[in-house]
Amino acid sequence: MTDQLETTISVKGLWKVYGPNPERIVGTEDALLSRADLREKTGCTVAVRDVSFDVSDGEVFVVMGLSGSGKSTLVRCMTRLVEPTAGQIKLEGEDILAANTQRLRELRRTRFSMVFQHFGLLPHRRVIDNVAYGLEINGMSKNDRYARAMEVISLVGLEGNEANYPSELSGGMQQRVGLGRALASNPDVMFFDEPFSALDPLIRRDMQQEVIRLHEEVNKTMVFITHDLAEALKLGDRIAIMRDGALVQVGTPEELVARPVDDYVANFVRDFPKSHILTLRWIAREPTSVDDLSGPILAPDMIVRDAARQVLEAGRPVRVMNGEQLLGVVTSDEILSVIAGGPDD
Amino acid sequence: MTSATLAPEKLATPKTPKSLLGRKNAIVGIGWFILAILLKGRSTLPLNRSSLTSVQESLTNLSDAIDRNRNSNPFFLNVINKIRSSINAFVNLLQDAISQGSATRAVPQIGWLGVVAVIGLAVAVFASARAALLAVVGFVTLGLLGLWQESMDTLALTLAAVVLALLIGIPLGVLAGLYPRFEKLITPILDFAQVMPTFVYLTPVTLFFLIGPASATIVTLIYAIPPALRITTVAIRGVPWSTVEAAVSMGSTRWQALRKVQLPQAKRTIVVGINQTIMAALAMVTIAALIDAPGLGLVVVKALETLDVGRSFKAGLAIVIMAVVLDRSTTAAAERVQKDSMQQQTTAQKFGVASKWIGLLLTLVAIYISNIYLWASQFPGSGILGLKVASIADSSTGWIQLHLVNVTNGITDLFSYGLLNPIQSLLVNAPWYTTAAAIFVIGYLLKGFRLALIVVVCVATILISGLWSDSMVTLASTLVAALITVVLGIVVGTWVGRSLPVDRVLRPILDAGQVMPAFVYLVPFLGLFGATRFTAIMAAVVYASPAAIKLVADGVRGVPESITEAAISAGSNTWQLITKVQLPSARRAIALAINQGLIYVLAMVVVGGLVGAGGLGYLVVAGFSQENLKGKGLAAGVAIVMLGILIDRITQAIADRRDVHAKAVAT
Repeated sequence: MTDQLETTISVKGLWKVYGPNPERIVGTEDALLSRADLREKTGCTVAVRDVSFDVSDGEVFVVMGLSGSGKSTLVRCMTRLVEPTAGQIKLEGEDILAANTQRLRELRRTRFSMVFQHFGLLPHRRVIDNVAYGLEINGMSKNDRYARAMEVISLVGLEGNEANYPSELSGGMQQRVGLGRALASNPDVMFFDEPFSALDPLIRRDMQQEVIRLHEEVNKTMVFITHDLAEALKLGDRIAIMRDGALVQVGTPEELVARPVDDYVANFVRDFPKSHILTLRWIAREPTSVDDLSGPILAPDMIVRDAARQVLEAGRPVRVMNGEQLLGVVTSDEILSVIAGGPDD
Repeated sequence: MTSATLAPEKLATPKTPKSLLGRKNAIVGIGWFILAILLKGRSTLPLNRSSLTSVQESLTNLSDAIDRNRNSNPFFLNVINKIRSSINAFVNLLQDAISQGSATRAVPQIGWLGVVAVIGLAVAVFASARAALLAVVGFVTLGLLGLWQESMDTLALTLAAVVLALLIGIPLGVLAGLYPRFEKLITPILDFAQVMPTFVYLTPVTLFFLIGPASATIVTLIYAIPPALRITTVAIRGVPWSTVEAAVSMGSTRWQALRKVQLPQAKRTIVVGINQTIMAALAMVTIAALIDAPGLGLVVVKALETLDVGRSFKAGLAIVIMAVVLDRSTTAAAERVQKDSMQQQTTAQKFGVASKWIGLLLTLVAIYISNIYLWASQFPGSGILGLKVASIADSSTGWIQLHLVNVTNGITDLFSYGLLNPIQSLLVNAPWYTTAAAIFVIGYLLKGFRLALIVVVCVATILISGLWSDSMVTLASTLVAALITVVLGIVVGTWVGRSLPVDRVLRPILDAGQVMPAFVYLVPFLGLFGATRFTAIMAAVVYASPAAIKLVADGVRGVPESITEAAISAGSNTWQLITKVQLPSARRAIALAINQGLIYVLAMVVVGGLVGAGGLGYLVVAGFSQENLKGKGLAAGVAIVMLGILIDRITQAIADRRDVHAKAVAT
């Protein structure tokens, strides 16, 4: 859906190997070994394995995987909090890995920012000073940075708390400070490293909603790391599934749910209600000669769950039309097989 | 319960060694014991108190040579003497300010009224009103005891050492916190500085820096820098990595991350370190009296030398008061920092600003008055309280010696003939090669060739020092005192660890016991038991017990509740619970308690040389006072270091071994 937009981040052939002389692994046959075999043979551990993807301007790109799959290392490589072993990362055409310390610092201060799982707030600073930290180290005057910090504080819903210390806030409120801090420098790209996994489920849902709202308001490019499939499906324009350091599948939520590339991904999405994700485009079938083609018309990107009532009440096949073009028909059979689980599960 | 079908079958359980040393080491010990008895009296390498070996003589010559070249050698002229004169100047500055008159003035710049006001204000502002009250009362008591000037000398020296220790220790600690490699480099040095009985630095340092404030300060620094440095390192490490990472991810430079993120968060812990640094400095400053450092310690040393119980008790009491005031004030300050750093200022605190200004004004007035008027400068009265304390101490000692002489002598004799003499005669009379071989084999069994090599070096150095026999005397006293300490540690520690009410009552006492300068423990036992080995050993036990008790208590407390619950639900009674669950789980803590007990005890047994304990400690003390025994004193210092290393390494190895076993069981 964002294909026509400009690419903001481009990652190519990214590797991160821990251990003695990690460079020697990449590009050799050793690189093909499994994690355990490689450690056995060389003492090295592969955290990120030959990862490539592009993120478009304004896109929310989610990286999902279990703990130990390398997703946190991946996002740290992209900001060079962890130095990658090999590969290329470009931010709007600029090679990040080629940046010297000075340039890297500039990039961090102005172009991208990060929200952390454990918040990483400075306990000895008030909320406003936490939010203004990035501006402060960039040499902005006190009045200017406080003015900007107050803007951001109201943007993330922390008005009235600016003089509190982090320990006086709840977990959800603390992460709002983390969000505000990341927004303060008005970066191009925001990285989120499992920002809500330390929060209660209810608070987590609020915060996800908050991210969606912020994304609509400020339209930043976001790279979002999570181990929670529901969160990934909810937030992601596209989702990359990671396993043992490598990307298994990259696609839109529907693509993952409808066409998992292997059992690993299928296992992930199995328990998730497909009707909440799939659109009619995915379940429409070729009309046959016996089909009555006079039924109601629905759009192909309508979600199954929302279309269910209309299809079931229609009493005849519903046409899925993209403008004038007939993509297929949907009957109660297709709807029910998605909702109740079909034989292909 | 109803079905008795379970046959009492024996399960083949893997055997874990039960004794602390292991079976092989026990065999070595028994072998040594048999040989020691069979070969009794051969090759014991005795040396008379006044005779010297050639090595000791050459050490005396070396020290004489250093003395001769002090004012001609460029290294001395440009480095050593410069350091000495700068430190002396610094200490003199503080002394002029609070304790002693200068060339142009008979009394210090700030008299007692001013000092009390400054202390009161500082503690009130940085700590709490309660601590300030305690500090004021404490300092006034020092004056009433008739020891104002001595107390201020001690305070001046302590302050000088603390300032320098923090100036050196905190930056190095930050470096060690940031760079693990640097930490690795300095850890052995810190270990060495902290493990060695404070005593042994005295002689070598005076060799270079002469007797006086400079040497006292440097000796104190050696002892006080490690805690400052270590805690700073811990504090920097303790800053949550997530905050540092967040700061870096926003583009902080290394310096910005340190200044704005790491140091502010480390501050609370570093303040705790300041407390430990002050207490370490105070302890050492009093001991530095042995090399003529002025102050309360000197009063105690002089009184101990003349066996003046009353006077030593009075000065000991003053040291205790000083220690309590410094400890409480800095602890309260640390608590204050912890509270303040993460909360908004309350209106009460804002209101406090006004009273701070008033306090500052009053203090300035007090300083001015104490500078002008004699009554506010020199503490009035003639120390009536001190005389009273001394006479009470004297008379109760006299009463005890008159009426309880049978009891105290009985205890001393029982202890000497029942425990100390047999062990001492066994060690002293065993041939040196048997003992050396036994230690070597035990070292090898515990940790292989590395430890065995350390054993060889230490034993060889003791042999070269010519003080094997005296070393065995000291070792005997140390082992006996450590044995008592460990038994006490296990019994009381288990009690404290198992009962929260007991913990609540005893822990403050133990904490207080740990911060007292080693010296003061000699005083009450001197009153009870006179100048004997027993006094030194009992003082050592009292000095070392708090650490041992706390270690064991924490070990017992640390046993997970799930384990004790499981044991109780399986029907263990209290005794079974203690012996089969809690103590075995606390093994590592007990092994550490043995290590700490021995090290503390060694330090104290050596100090006991002052009150009639023989061995190496006596020789060190004699080396201070008698010109021709200087070399022998130095050799004794070296022998103490070697004993210390031996004891520390071997007990550490035992502790590590326990650890390995515990891990093996756990996995």
